[in-house]
Amino acid sequence: MKQIFSTPSAILLSILVVGALLAPVLPLHDPLAMDVANRFAGPSARHWFGQDEYGRDVFSRLLFALRSAILISGSAALLAAAIGTAIGVAAGYVRGFSEALSLRVMDVILCFPPLLLAMLAATLYGAGPQTLVPVLALVFVPSFTRVAHASVMTVRTMDYVDAVRLMGASTQHILWRTILPAIAGPLFVQFSFVVAMSVVLESGLSYLGLGVLPPEPSLGMMVGAARATFIDEPWLLLAPCLLLTIVIVLLNAFCDHLRHLLDPRRSQN
Amino acid sequence: MTNVGSELLQVSDLAVSFNSGGDWRNVVRDVNFSVSAGETVAIVGESGSGKSVTSLALTRLLPADVTRVSGEAIFRGQNLFDLTEQQMEKVRGDRISMIFQEPMTSLNPVMTIGAQIAEAISVHRKVSRAEAKEEALAMMERVRIPSARTRFNEFPHQFSGGMRQRVMIAAALACKPDLLIADEPTTALDVTIQAQVIELIKELQAETGMGVIFITHDMGVVAEVADRTLVMYHGDVIETGSTLQIFDRPAKTYTRALLAAVPKLGSMNDAPAPLPYASFDLASGKMTPAPERPDTLRPDEPPLLEVEGATKRFDQPSPVLKRVISRVHAVENVTLTLRRGETLSIVGESGCGKSTTGRVITGLYDYQSGSVKLNGRELRSISAPDRAREIQMIFQDPYASLNPRLRVGEAITEPLRIHGLATREKEQAIAASLLERVGLKAEMASRYPHEFSGGQRQRICVARALVMKPSVIVADEAVSALDVTMKTQIVNLMMDLQQEMGLGFLFISHDMAVVERISHTVAVMYLGEIVEIGPRAAIFGNPAHPYTKRLLSAVPVPDPSLRGQRNPPPVLELNSPVRPRDYQPPERDYIEASPGHFVQVPGPEWA
Repeated sequence: MKQIFSTPSAILLSILVVGALLAPVLPLHDPLAMDVANRFAGPSARHWFGQDEYGRDVFSRLLFALRSAILISGSAALLAAAIGTAIGVAAGYVRGFSEALSLRVMDVILCFPPLLLAMLAATLYGAGPQTLVPVLALVFVPSFTRVAHASVMTVRTMDYVDAVRLMGASTQHILWRTILPAIAGPLFVQFSFVVAMSVVLESGLSYLGLGVLPPEPSLGMMVGAARATFIDEPWLLLAPCLLLTIVIVLLNAFCDHLRHLLDPRRSQN
Repeated sequence: MTNVGSELLQVSDLAVSFNSGGDWRNVVRDVNFSVSAGETVAIVGESGSGKSVTSLALTRLLPADVTRVSGEAIFRGQNLFDLTEQQMEKVRGDRISMIFQEPMTSLNPVMTIGAQIAEAISVHRKVSRAEAKEEALAMMERVRIPSARTRFNEFPHQFSGGMRQRVMIAAALACKPDLLIADEPTTALDVTIQAQVIELIKELQAETGMGVIFITHDMGVVAEVADRTLVMYHGDVIETGSTLQIFDRPAKTYTRALLAAVPKLGSMNDAPAPLPYASFDLASGKMTPAPERPDTLRPDEPPLLEVEGATKRFDQPSPVLKRVISRVHAVENVTLTLRRGETLSIVGESGCGKSTTGRVITGLYDYQSGSVKLNGRELRSISAPDRAREIQMIFQDPYASLNPRLRVGEAITEPLRIHGLATREKEQAIAASLLERVGLKAEMASRYPHEFSGGQRQRICVARALVMKPSVIVADEAVSALDVTMKTQIVNLMMDLQQEMGLGFLFISHDMAVVERISHTVAVMYLGEIVEIGPRAAIFGNPAHPYTKRLLSAVPVPDPSLRGQRNPPPVLELNSPVRPRDYQPPERDYIEASPGHFVQVPGPEWA
């Protein structure tokens, strides 16, 4: 457990995530409170990152935006991972007709461009997190299914799986205790990738007005709003973009580190 | 002995170091030898002895950034280590060629066979496409690939392992090299194919007068091919000399141990029962023959396993409509009985169905017809947990058969955990005692499998198979992947356990010499059927079926003075057990040649 936080990326990421999740209880400015008199004010002791076009505190808005991005992407990725892995493992282990069926359904989902699918759902069911999470999950289920299916196909041919069967183990035991741990590495890599992709997709949808609803802050909307005043106030555009980039880089580094930790072949010392 | 001509390659003071994590580790030291035209030099040693590294260093195929090579290798007046990479490329494949161990992965799967041989020619010679094709065809004929012209445009997957190795040899010899380096070229092949490939290399050498460096761990092969032999141990050449001299008067203890460990066919002619190998103490060089022991077979007790007409076929559906178009007749009407304390060996070439038979008997595969009775109960009617207490299996590849995520102690006691049979403390005690029983240390329980060598892992697998105290153990090529000294130790361990626990072993192997040592009864399989079954002495002393005779004649004889006294086996493409959907297997008759020795009446294909 100690080793999980042994890299700089892990420490930075946990500071960011904890900070964002704790945003409502931290002594911050209200991200929705306007102060039109001080619109576009630069950084000051009261407002560390300055104020936006309505005079709202940028630092506080960034933190709240990050919070909703993490909550939405995290739950979407978890949902996608649970469903996708279950389908992939079942398809890879049981084989036969159900395998063909589930994989073809995944291919159909993969045919839709993610942004288009999300836009369709948002127009039909209305924008907002309650639409966004299931849509993002649906978009990313096939990627987990594919990774899980391919890994199961490799692992199930290993002699040690046959050895466990010969011990008289139930299918449940084989799936949960033998196969799932063996394919965890590639799934974690996929998870990092999917969280990062969902963060990007979520901000893209919010930018288009299909995601988080105003006035709640979101990184995408902040970029969208700052677009109009980009020449005069580049900072308002750069701040959410930079935060987005940093979070994604840190996520990828962290999951790479996690995969390394899960590999039993790494040296023990 | 071949005609030995002028000196081709002179290696002096070759040393190789690898860089691992900043430290330079010396893996090969002070290698000195020479190869003359027409001469075969064998480099023997166990895995990790540095024999392959030596050959890779000579061809400069080791990654330059993490290896350091020193010494000299004078090849036709030039030091290979002084050449630039461009000059070396001209030498490699043209003057010096290599063949590798794995014929399945050393050919490009998306290029036709003919194109790959032609490519080997056109890389080094300025020839037109038509000329390259003609030469490639000539090469295919020279390596005796039947109907070369029609097979020119086929792909590697359409060739069997032995034929692929022939293709590799054709490509390697296409430019008529002066020196051929063969790195375990026959290790992945069946004995009959091995005999053919060795014969082919010898014939081609006699035709062209090339020098050959033959790298192998198999002393039987060394005796067949080599004029001179280098024995390597942990990176040192510990002994060199003519092959006759090494076999007759080995100077070093290790060489003696290596030779003593070589399974010899016929060494059991006078023994009434299976006999463990003599043990060898490397430090003192003393050989202790196995102690006298009573026969483990208990013929009066009820049999452990009765297989009656078991049949397993795999459907091959058509890709589009999933209709069955053909079937693999992997196990066809197999009948055998395993008694308490008996070792029954199933021998045959790869693809003959011996592994499938083992998997049917353990219940990993279901069977279509016939019956399999385990301790008197039909296998199908036994629940999985009960079956686990009666039959267990040891697999061929000790690297794939242990879960890399489980500590060794957890792996051994996993069956107990699955069935909730023991407390944590009890599990640890059981793991510790089993580890000691198989010759490891109790404290190794907390390590992971990747920290162990192949032989140690196989011991762990034996311990895991024992934890449920089964009465039958199926050992599927359990010692085939191990070095000779490891092999003898595992065989001895299995025989000791049999003595102690009255186990019945179903020993599946293609290694005839080990089979002769360990078995009470031998069954010979060919294309899914048992063609001959009987007491070990009858099968080895008086083989009756033509296939058994062919199999036995192909086993290399580890005695260089007997070389050339037997006929090379005929070049045959393996028949395939894939049959059309409506195929009815022929009725087979068996005759009893002597008590308990049954021989299938050979069908017309053996006429």
